[in-house]
Amino acid sequence: MTILTNKADKIDRLAELTQSSEAVTGTSLWREAFRRMRSSKMAIIGAVIIGAFVLIAVVGPMVAPHGATAQNWRSEVFPNQGKFVGMRGENWFGLDHLGRDMFSRWLVGARQTLLVGVVSMLIGLIVGALVGVLSGAAATLGGKAGQRVDTVIMRFTDIMLSLPSLLLAVSIAAVLGQSLTTVMIAVGVVQIPIFARLLRGSMLVQGGADYVLAAKSVGIRRKRIVLTQILPNSLSPVIVQATLSLATAIIEAAALSYLGLGNPDPAVPEWGVMLSQAQRFFDNEPMMAAYPAIGIIITALGFTLLGEAMREALDPKLRG
Amino acid sequence: MSLLSVEELSVTFTARGRKDATAVDGVSFEVDQGQVVGLVGESGCGKSVTSLALMGLLPRKAARIGGRAEFDGQNLLTMNERKLRDLRGSQLAMIFQDPLSSLNPVVPIGIQVTEILQRHRGLKGEKARKEAASLLDRVGIPDPDRRLKEYPHQLSGGMRQRALIAMAVACAPRLLIADEPTTALDVTIQAQILELLKELVDEEGTALLMITHDLGVVAGLCDEVNVLYAGRAVESAGRRELFAHPTHPYAHGLLGSIPRLDAPRGEPLNPIRGSINDKIAWADGCAFAPRCDHYTMECLTGTPELTEPRAAGHQVRCVNPVLPTAEVPA
Amino acid sequence: MSLLELDDVKVHFPVKKGLFFDRTVGHVYAVDGVSLSIEAGQTYGLVGESGCGKTTLGRAVLRLNDITDGGVVFDGTDLAKLPGEEMRAFRRRLQMVFQDPLGSLNPRQNIESILSEGMAAHGIGKDQAERREKIKDILAKVGLPSNAMSRYPHEFSGGQRQRIGIARALVLEPDVIICDEPVSALDVSVQAQVINLLEELQESLGLTYLVIAHDLAVVRHISDVIGVMYLGGLVEEAPSDALYAGPRHPYTKALMSAVPVPDPEVEDRRERILLHGDLPSPANPPAGCRFHTRCPWVQETKCATERPPLLDTGDGHKVACHFTAEIEAGTVKQTLATGIEAVTGTETVAAEAEEVSEGETAAEPEAAAPEKEEAPGKEEPATVPAQADAAKTADAAKADRAEDSPKA
Repeated sequence: MTILTNKADKIDRLAELTQSSEAVTGTSLWREAFRRMRSSKMAIIGAVIIGAFVLIAVVGPMVAPHGATAQNWRSEVFPNQGKFVGMRGENWFGLDHLGRDMFSRWLVGARQTLLVGVVSMLIGLIVGALVGVLSGAAATLGGKAGQRVDTVIMRFTDIMLSLPSLLLAVSIAAVLGQSLTTVMIAVGVVQIPIFARLLRGSMLVQGGADYVLAAKSVGIRRKRIVLTQILPNSLSPVIVQATLSLATAIIEAAALSYLGLGNPDPAVPEWGVMLSQAQRFFDNEPMMAAYPAIGIIITALGFTLLGEAMREALDPKLRG
Repeated sequence: MSLLSVEELSVTFTARGRKDATAVDGVSFEVDQGQVVGLVGESGCGKSVTSLALMGLLPRKAARIGGRAEFDGQNLLTMNERKLRDLRGSQLAMIFQDPLSSLNPVVPIGIQVTEILQRHRGLKGEKARKEAASLLDRVGIPDPDRRLKEYPHQLSGGMRQRALIAMAVACAPRLLIADEPTTALDVTIQAQILELLKELVDEEGTALLMITHDLGVVAGLCDEVNVLYAGRAVESAGRRELFAHPTHPYAHGLLGSIPRLDAPRGEPLNPIRGSINDKIAWADGCAFAPRCDHYTMECLTGTPELTEPRAAGHQVRCVNPVLPTAEVPA
Repeated sequence: MSLLELDDVKVHFPVKKGLFFDRTVGHVYAVDGVSLSIEAGQTYGLVGESGCGKTTLGRAVLRLNDITDGGVVFDGTDLAKLPGEEMRAFRRRLQMVFQDPLGSLNPRQNIESILSEGMAAHGIGKDQAERREKIKDILAKVGLPSNAMSRYPHEFSGGQRQRIGIARALVLEPDVIICDEPVSALDVSVQAQVINLLEELQESLGLTYLVIAHDLAVVRHISDVIGVMYLGGLVEEAPSDALYAGPRHPYTKALMSAVPVPDPEVEDRRERILLHGDLPSPANPPAGCRFHTRCPWVQETKCATERPPLLDTGDGHKVACHFTAEIEAGTVKQTLATGIEAVTGTETVAAEAEEVSEGETAAEPEAAAPEKEEAPGKEEPATVPAQADAAKTADAAKADRAEDSPKA
């Protein structure tokens, strides 16, 4: 038996064999989630689609070959007689009913669509998160009075949630008139109760966690408990929802535009508006509807994929 | 020949994008008719996975199972699903740690019990109900006729575990596997359940494979004890032999680190250092070496074999076991 | 004067129902009148099964739960009546270690941030640099490497996480630490490390502990005084060794006999006192003695109607039972079986309840005082709850039973 072999040798050999288990140090959960996202196929596909979309939205209008309003080929299309011009070297996506270059309009439309999606999501996220934080903080640490505040806020969001979202958006748009801002506000407002409820619910769950009790027992003030303990841990579902709601926002904005509530300015077409204009000529030139529709479907898919991948990456149960 | 004989059972979990994880790494033991055999170890030692593998309850896709497990001459690991299903419930039964999640929450207890009687014993209607009531009575559930109509959530933890035991013994199985059956229960309830299990084994001659982390439970119940560490048995012996002469440094350390009710106040505990994460692969040496107080160079050069350094039938997987003569460095 | 004194503390949780604004429809009597006192530098162990209110009581001391009634006097100040901000300041001196080491650490904060937050809240240390120094010092004390500061809770093992939890309490330099099941979530081999650490810290820092646990063996190991709780109230309190040598409350006897001992020699010899049924609901506790529905010695008089007070039976051994002396002297008989019959079969009453004459009930308490010269555990390992009386009556009950019913 070699009990008395060199102690240093023993320790070296042991260190060598156990090396692998001591690799991770100081990786926060956010960073870890990001690392998991990078190895997820879903996240990569989603990110590629969104990246391409953002690139098109930013660069597209600048490189658009013909401008959105130029009716350069007015004389070549006769929509009333069903005569259209399809794809050709000069006009990649063909011409629309007014003889405008569809590819250029599609590129400009991408930017409008992204703008509508992002702004309306932000309206929903910011207002909703503020309401949610208020409600969640009141419910978890506000005592009896706080619980009343929470109840009132939540009943109000319940009422908002109980209205069909498109109906709510249409009524808002009807009051504010026809414009891009209208669409953004209408779509954003619909998202407010969703974000508020989600954040509040998440805060309630976290508020009951042991570490919040521990923070309280250490003597940390309530406001700080909400800000440093409860809130950071309640955010992941909200982030996921924000990504997913970009997809729904784009679709809802398109729906509103399709119903004729979108921006009437022909210089800044939005995919929804383009879709709505295309419906009259659907029999003769279905491609006029297909390009914006495909754009909407693919970007919505991209945001959904990314959102789902985030949900998985942020799920504490799947960690390990 | 023994009722159940497990040889070199191994379970490796495979998942895409992850490294293969070996949960059980060559476990062998035997269970005779009417015998209580304990698998004892801490979290991650592979004791629960072993029981699931024996019951054929591991996902076939995600788990690679090796070795043999012969129950009454048939290999459980290669048996087809249908045959195994017939065997489960009738000859093999299992009790789980969490009785609430092992009972169907939307079906009354009575129906869950009679279902088993119907499937495996062909009892029907009133006859099945009567038998179910007498089973509940047998495991000490008061007012069984009323309880049969209740749902799992209406019963207390102890009652649920009894109901589960009633279901497990419904067909007088020859082998009962109990996976931490009392861990979720209070001490006084635990005592009731253990006493009940003991009585069932004595009266019915059922063999019991007891899986637990609690050495106290093992000391009172098991005939043979296998101590598992990191997926391998490190020490196997009869209960008295094992507790009197723990020989593997892990078993020895474990017994020295448990506060005992009958030890005087202030008697120092001798903890094992580090945690279960501090281990090396069995292929490289002894997995316990990083936490062991007397590991040697030999411990780090390949899997140690099972030997019998102290007494016949007392197997120890260690090249430098704790023997009466050996110096134990502080 | 004790450092921490609880005087008839009650914590009742309202049970609420209602659509818009909740109505109170009942109460859960989680803690229902507990009085105890803890001396400075001492360890008080509170033991009981789930649902007995021990955790609630521990949290009530820190006012993490609202106290319905009663006083918590810490170093001369009644915490139960302090306004919020003053209470917050007092929390520095009373700290807590939680059961779930992972759950009680914020997963998104690194260790430095977790430990320094409490210090900042109480103005300990001029700046972060000074706090860092102190944290480094404490981390070394609890046996963690100083590089732990920049790491996150999920990167540690269970035992290490519990050390972080202890460090979080220690950085505030508290006088009292309430340990709520400090080791029950840990692996057996790691439990001893944490128990030893708690003991070392007590010795070096002069800490006072209130240890709450369900594991009697752990509590016995580290406590000077043990209080046994059942359904919201203390049923017995005694110095650790005295309680072990001679538990007097029927519940304590049963509890102690149920704790498994990792020694077959002991296990084979001991007589278990098995209880009937389960813990009643604290929302609807039994009248009279809370334990009378399961008590093997339940008597027809008093038990179901009168709640027994916790009375000193000599040498600081307090028991809340109407019949302590009689049970000790063997003048009242067991009325419920405690053997295997308690677990199987439906009949509950084993032997005929013995009529207790007035004369016998009036036995002097001195007669029941235990002989406490020899320290237990020194003679043989096999001295687990040596209750000759209890064992004998159990045997008698068994014998009776065998004759009476063909089932046994």
